[in-house]
Amino acid sequence: MRIRIEKRFDSPRWMDWGLPLIALLLAFGAGALLLAALGVSPLKAYAEMIRGALGDGYGLSETVVKAIPLALCGQAVALAFTMLVWNIGAEGQLVVGALAATAAVRFLPSENFLVMVTLMTAASALAGGLWGALAGWLKAKWSVNEIITTLMMNYIAILGLEYLVYGPWRDPTSLGFPLTPIFHEVARLPQFFGTRIHAGLFLALLTALLLRVVLRWSRWGYEIRVIGQNARAAAYAGMATSRHIVLVLFISGAVAGLAGMGEVAGLQGRLQPGFSVGYGFTAIIVAWLARLNPFAILAVSFLMGALLVGGDTLQVVMRLPLSSVQVLQGLILFFVLGGEFFRNYRLHFLKREGDA
Amino acid sequence: MTTASPLVDLRGITKTFLGVAANDSVDFDVRAGEVHALLGENGAGKSTLMNVLCGLYRPDEGRIFLSGEEVHFRTPRDAIAAGIDMVHQHFMLIPVQTVWENMILGQEDFGFILSKSAICRRIDELAGQYGLHVDPEAPVWQLSIGEQQRVAILRMLFREARVLVLDEPTAVLTPQEARQLFSTLRRMREEGHGVIFISHKLDEVAEISDRVTILRKGRKVGTVKTSGVGPEELAEMMIGSRVVPAVNKRAGGAGEAVFQARNISVLNDKDLQALHGLSLELRRGEILGLAGVDGNGQTELCEALVGLRPLVEGSLAFDGREMTGAPVRDFLSRDVRYIPADRRGTGLVPTMNLRENYALRHYWRDAFRKGPFMNWEAIAGQTGRIVERFDVVTPSLGVPVRMLSGGNLQKLMLARELDGDPRVVIAMQPTWGLDVGATAFVRERLLDVREKGAAILLVSEDLEELLALSDRLAVIHKGRIMGLLDDPRLATEEMLGLMMAGKPLASFGEGA
Repeated sequence: MRIRIEKRFDSPRWMDWGLPLIALLLAFGAGALLLAALGVSPLKAYAEMIRGALGDGYGLSETVVKAIPLALCGQAVALAFTMLVWNIGAEGQLVVGALAATAAVRFLPSENFLVMVTLMTAASALAGGLWGALAGWLKAKWSVNEIITTLMMNYIAILGLEYLVYGPWRDPTSLGFPLTPIFHEVARLPQFFGTRIHAGLFLALLTALLLRVVLRWSRWGYEIRVIGQNARAAAYAGMATSRHIVLVLFISGAVAGLAGMGEVAGLQGRLQPGFSVGYGFTAIIVAWLARLNPFAILAVSFLMGALLVGGDTLQVVMRLPLSSVQVLQGLILFFVLGGEFFRNYRLHFLKREGDA
Repeated sequence: MTTASPLVDLRGITKTFLGVAANDSVDFDVRAGEVHALLGENGAGKSTLMNVLCGLYRPDEGRIFLSGEEVHFRTPRDAIAAGIDMVHQHFMLIPVQTVWENMILGQEDFGFILSKSAICRRIDELAGQYGLHVDPEAPVWQLSIGEQQRVAILRMLFREARVLVLDEPTAVLTPQEARQLFSTLRRMREEGHGVIFISHKLDEVAEISDRVTILRKGRKVGTVKTSGVGPEELAEMMIGSRVVPAVNKRAGGAGEAVFQARNISVLNDKDLQALHGLSLELRRGEILGLAGVDGNGQTELCEALVGLRPLVEGSLAFDGREMTGAPVRDFLSRDVRYIPADRRGTGLVPTMNLRENYALRHYWRDAFRKGPFMNWEAIAGQTGRIVERFDVVTPSLGVPVRMLSGGNLQKLMLARELDGDPRVVIAMQPTWGLDVGATAFVRERLLDVREKGAAILLVSEDLEELLALSDRLAVIHKGRIMGLLDDPRLATEEMLGLMMAGKPLASFGEGA
């Protein structure tokens, strides 16, 4: 038997939601093999994950807590991806945002809650934005590949964070632990329902709404979409592509920076290394699974949040390493990207002989 | 002609795409030692039928017989093995490889070690026999389009094809090259090959073919002996009851020069010089035709004239105002419009809908904005009006334009560029690939704006079109103007052909 690949003229509508769904199922199927190889019953493991993440109020609230930075970073990279600018640096932008929020608390303390929150928000957005815009400027000016620069700048940001918390910003009373002092009460975002769900949730929802409005209705959003879908046509329309690259990476970085502020001011109350479990990287999976749709990103973030919380349960209950959950995430991205092939091509199975 | 079974016999071929029959029970056959023309408008189903013959498509219904025996092709390789081969409009050569390397492309029966000298000897042999001279050692990217076509044809012969399909082979050739091609085709006929010649040019079909089959909207209209019919009859069979509309060139005295390019030099996408100090001027109410074989700097010229490509040297002026180095938007806001040849790649965003594609060149106007937002209602209103005025056939304004046919895409783009009050129109191949009706429509609209006083540059490969529409006619070759004729009616096809091949007008002497 031979297989022939044929280009599709048009992909059926069901594929928009069907392909990611099939990809998810296949990823969990492949993950089951892995779990079985680790000597664990896959069914039991998945049941534990679901119970841990969604089974009770605490699990649900923790899922939402993890979904907040995922959603913000997801919106951030989705905006850049819409223009075919590959921002792989949301993790670094998130870290830089957290650093800037901490710096605001440290160097511009205020007794007023509103002033303090405004300062932290502005500082984190500006810092994340500039971190992204730097890569954008390099690309616009000298065509430096942004995949490389944004990726490498992640590590600069993470190492910068470690320097500060191990060095000048370390809390002298922390007994040597790499932590900053705990933030003052006015520098904390409110938490709700007696859970750890914090005000960053509103930022995530608002960003989704804004992104939808901007992309669909604004002139700038229209330009972004044209540049992403046909760069030659954008030049023909007189759009200033290089300026947009810098601006898009600024905004993308700013949104990821807000996620960093949410983590330190809303959740941890202080800066410490490893406060982000790779939200900026997982956000890339989130954005693709959601096909860059701002509202779908919210839903997918919840799903991936559940995966993270369920993964914690796996570690505790089944004594599996954290990396097994990361493998599962990787499998999801692998199948989602692989599934894109079937959107554009169809396969024909041909028998070698005697087939009319 | 023999009475034996034809080389190839297609019977009752039906092929449907998305519910539309591209071929509807079509019969077609080729005999040994004949050139059989396949004639039809764009979208008539010529390419589909040939793709079925060459194993690219499988027919929904119908049978294929080779010398009387039924065959089933699953891939083009099966068809090639059976002696059926095709030269596509894009030649499917590997540019970085040499001619001889391209010859053996996709062939498996050469063993592990290639005998290059044997291959080259065979190439020279075939080249001599059919008048297709090329250097076997030359890399394909160094060859002209005409030479590349020779390589593609040689490859069919090299693979020992008996049935040779040529898809619109003259579209990329100068008249001289076309004559050379025809003599090659005659040689093939003498050698007993069956040649299928796809075209929509009546004069060529009349000149080269023995029989002609006419397709219209996927159905076969008939097969006739070419010697027994006139061009009018063929045209009528091709387009049905419609009459080929002649273009009525209307009066419109040429006015003052409004747009000047002086000594401009630009680079192409590979950073090689595409224009060498070229100058031209466009006048109000006048069409300046620019003839030339595709790839001689026309695209680069058009892009330079509308601000899309930076000048290395020279200057542009519009209305006495210096425009050198101005951004595209400045040209747009002064109503300098551009109809690019590359509709899907440059002129339109295929994944976006009609409204969004109209907005592409107009969204910056005050009428179409509400502060930082798009005024989609106003854009939709205007899009609806131009779609109606230019008779663009579409299910709605909300469908992605890639769903539209080539003719409708072109009408949409034309409607967008001619909307409002264009002062300068740079039109590149505006009727390329369009059927007779759409072609006449496009030409009429260009004449409309000429009448309203626009200055137009018409770049085309179609001499007939240029001679019918142009007030003045220039010929471009390798980035230089070979000559400018103030009265195109004085030009002979012979002379234009020579200029297109690089002979300057000045060298013809005073008589020209």
